[in-house]
Amino acid sequence: MESIKNIIIESLKELNEELNIKELENPDENTKIYGEGGLLDSLALVTFITDLEEKIEDELGYRITLVNERAMSRFRSPFKDVKTLSLYIQELIKEENKDG
Amino acid sequence: MVKDKVFVITGTRKGIGKSLSEYYLDKGNIVIGCSRGEGSINHKNYTHYTLDVSDEKAVVNMIRDVRKKFGRIDILLNNAGIASMNHIITTPYKTVDNIFKTNFYGTFLFTREVAKVMMKHKKGRIVNFATVATPLRLEGEAIYASSKAAIENFTEIMARELADFGITVNAVGPTPVPTDLIKNVPEEKINALLERQAIRRFGTFEDVVNVIDFFIDDKSDFITGQIVYLGGVVK
Ligand SMILES: NC(=O)c1ccc[n+]([C@@H]2O[C@H](COP(=O)([O-])OP(=O)(O)OC[C@H]3O[C@@H](n4cnc5c(N)ncnc54)[C@H](OP(=O)(O)O)[C@@H]3O)[C@@H](O)[C@H]2O)c1
Repeated sequence: MESIKNIIIESLKELNEELNIKELENPDENTKIYGEGGLLDSLALVTFITDLEEKIEDELGYRITLVNERAMSRFRSPFKDVKTLSLYIQELIKEENKDG
Repeated sequence: MVKDKVFVITGTRKGIGKSLSEYYLDKGNIVIGCSRGEGSINHKNYTHYTLDVSDEKAVVNMIRDVRKKFGRIDILLNNAGIASMNHIITTPYKTVDNIFKTNFYGTFLFTREVAKVMMKHKKGRIVNFATVATPLRLEGEAIYASSKAAIENFTEIMARELADFGITVNAVGPTPVPTDLIKNVPEEKINALLERQAIRRFGTFEDVVNVIDFFIDDKSDFITGQIVYLGGVVK
């Protein structure tokens, strides 16, 4: 869990090298990502998602696809904030492992 | 001239996809190809994946493998395609399902996965495969032409969505080119089709590659969202 959170924070920081948003300089659990009050616009979200998928594979060895139908139709977007997103990724990794 | 680029080409076991792979390999590029059947190209810079382009998991895995191994993808050619001639009244649902899965879903999946890799480098070229059957509204090809019409619209919108990432998306629309794809189409049907072109002859592999070479040229970074038909067919 901690490692997933760190990857998210790391990706946000990297992304911010281009975006230069003050609130993204030191992201934490509660940093809002996308949606109401979120710091990323849809273009930045696309880059962020690709980046995360890559890092999760390279650093943790899991191949997951962050965008799926369930994620997109959830009442609470999994991309809401750092905490929600790490829980969601944890869930995805569990699921992927189940079917081998 | 393109050289030292990493190409992903779909549908490389035979036909136009195979010729394209051999052509770009010959010029010193790396080609990663795929088809449902086993690969048929033997070259040190060629890698084959045996998969169906509409199988999401397999496509995701292939592109992630490619990213790991080569670090980038410069060019994607969404060539894999199937056709079927039939009157609408005698067209089984399953045929429609198959055609849309290979032609449209396949193009969608590869575009999505490869664009993710290209975005990082803020550069990329994607070429899709359309057909003159769409603008000519050919009877008997309703499903095939519609699946390719979907690809045309997809190309035009992807060009806009991916422009900010330095990725261009275009499509080539061949006239009939003698391959297995059209071998079961009756001769009189083909002749009637050729009659409707401005230049009345079969297309060749060279005609197709000529358009692709233009789209993927480094200098073509201001060319996107275009559908170029061969033989003088117009929309
Ligand atoms: N030839 C023409 O007259 C003509 C005209 C206009 C447009 N086009 C377009 O040009 C493209 C190439 O056509 P072609 O004439 O070269 O056709 P082809 O000779 O029939 O070859 C089709 C290729 O695609 C592969 N393929 C088919 N379905 C697939 C799937 N579901 N997943 C993975 N690979 C698949 C095939 O290999 P496997 O069977 O092993 O999968 C084969 O390598 C197509 O998009 C076609 O619509 C052709």
